[in-house]
Amino acid sequence: MAKKLMKGSEAIGEAAIQAGCRYFFGYPITPQNEIPEYMSRRLPQEGGCFLQAESEVAAINMVYGAAGAGARVMTSSSSPGISLKQEGVSYIACAELPCVIVNIMRVGPGLGGIQPAQGDYFQATKGGGHGDYHLVVLAPSTVQEAADMVMEGFDIADTYRIPVMVLGDGMIGQIMEPVEFRQPKKREVPAKTWAATGWEDKSRDRAVINSLYIEPEQMLEVTERLMARYEQIKQNETKVETFMMEDAEYCITAYGTTARIAKSAVLKARAMGIKVGLIRPITIWPFPSEAYEKAADQVKAFLTVEMSAGQMVEDVRLAVNGKKPVYFKGTLGGFVPTTQDMVNELVKLTEGRE
Amino acid sequence: MLHQIISAGFGGQGVLLLGQLIAYSGLQEGKNVSWLPSYGPEMRGGTANCSVVVSDEEVGSPVVTEADVVVVMNRPSFEKYEGNVAPGGKLFVNSSLIDLKTERTDIEVYYVPVNAIAEELGNGRVANMVMLGAVLEKTGIVSPKTAIACLTASFGAKKAHLIPVNEQALAKGAEAVK
Repeated sequence: MAKKLMKGSEAIGEAAIQAGCRYFFGYPITPQNEIPEYMSRRLPQEGGCFLQAESEVAAINMVYGAAGAGARVMTSSSSPGISLKQEGVSYIACAELPCVIVNIMRVGPGLGGIQPAQGDYFQATKGGGHGDYHLVVLAPSTVQEAADMVMEGFDIADTYRIPVMVLGDGMIGQIMEPVEFRQPKKREVPAKTWAATGWEDKSRDRAVINSLYIEPEQMLEVTERLMARYEQIKQNETKVETFMMEDAEYCITAYGTTARIAKSAVLKARAMGIKVGLIRPITIWPFPSEAYEKAADQVKAFLTVEMSAGQMVEDVRLAVNGKKPVYFKGTLGGFVPTTQDMVNELVKLTEGRE
Repeated sequence: MLHQIISAGFGGQGVLLLGQLIAYSGLQEGKNVSWLPSYGPEMRGGTANCSVVVSDEEVGSPVVTEADVVVVMNRPSFEKYEGNVAPGGKLFVNSSLIDLKTERTDIEVYYVPVNAIAEELGNGRVANMVMLGAVLEKTGIVSPKTAIACLTASFGAKKAHLIPVNEQALAKGAEAVK
């Protein structure tokens, strides 16, 4: 299939449909309105259901229901809307149900603004809702990657019975880039024998979709099963890109769209004679700690750049574990860092100061 | 080859479409491209702009701050983006609506009365295409033929009758800067 020029939001919608998603429940919010708009047009053509819910809380609970019935289902929103969904997300995680949740981050806190930001890293990777759970969190830096991640996200969700979040920012939602829709690598996705699809023939035990476990022994069993699965996911699904790290003396690190700007900065700094490389987490949960552990024996210092006040930098510091200094440069307010900003920071780094 | 372009004006002048056509055409000609619009509460009658990158290499930052091509279609855009032209870059000014002249001497400037030219063609709405004609003539980012092919594809049968006037607009724009 030839590449098409598509908006990130529309590519996310089409990718979901190509991955077999037939249900979308959402509530509008900038800068991701083109996702529900696209789904409202395309899903009826595919015999699916698009529903604009009365609120984000309703939307996520519709996702809970559809996922419980074994359907491939997606919702999308932007930061404040994702906050509203957190209770449902925690329930879905506890009920061990697969779904895909897209967060096209805008600047916060509060209702904030509508410009791009990366301030939801903590929320996405450290919980967001209550209790001991994780989502698999995929961080696209291009429209192509956003489409690929949505498609593979459904497979990951079904494989591990886990909600998968695709975490982009306003830029990924609004940018147009060439994209082609390609099926992800084949996985052995288990049949959804647990789905509540009716119990007419009594041929199996009753399917119960639940997130309430009053007996501590039962709750323990559920959480231990979740933890074991998270370990499996860490083993199998952690993804990272390294760029020009082979001979690097410095490491710049970023995720999402910030990472592609960092890549330009690496090339520019290299042209100035600074030996710098990039580590870009593709999954931010599970976090690719090993890449940093390895780099800590090689580089003199790390620079984390984010469109936040400093969130992923904490995971970088945990991974580097004090072996080398880890510096941080953030942009706030919905401003996007420029290549030159990053090069300036790298120059500072080589001068041995921050 | 790397082109970083800013196209700016007020909503309705077709500055986003101008950028999109460059991106579409770049894709057709086998380049890597990105098109990033400004988005915000400033839609109707407000300012609109987009960053376009056309490159042989993978596109890094899609946000353009040092542009080799800047198109300004109204006065606020001139004031805002004149400084974003990289030294040696090209600034295209819609002189039908902008009576300012740049004081910069390190860039090439083209003053094109695109609204007047479009009116002469009998369709004021093709002013952006006149500007695109001028841009493509001076930069060669993509071929005007590809741009028309992309426009034809996106217009479909319903709007096919508008293709000739768009073609004329491109040619007139090119002529204006020859």
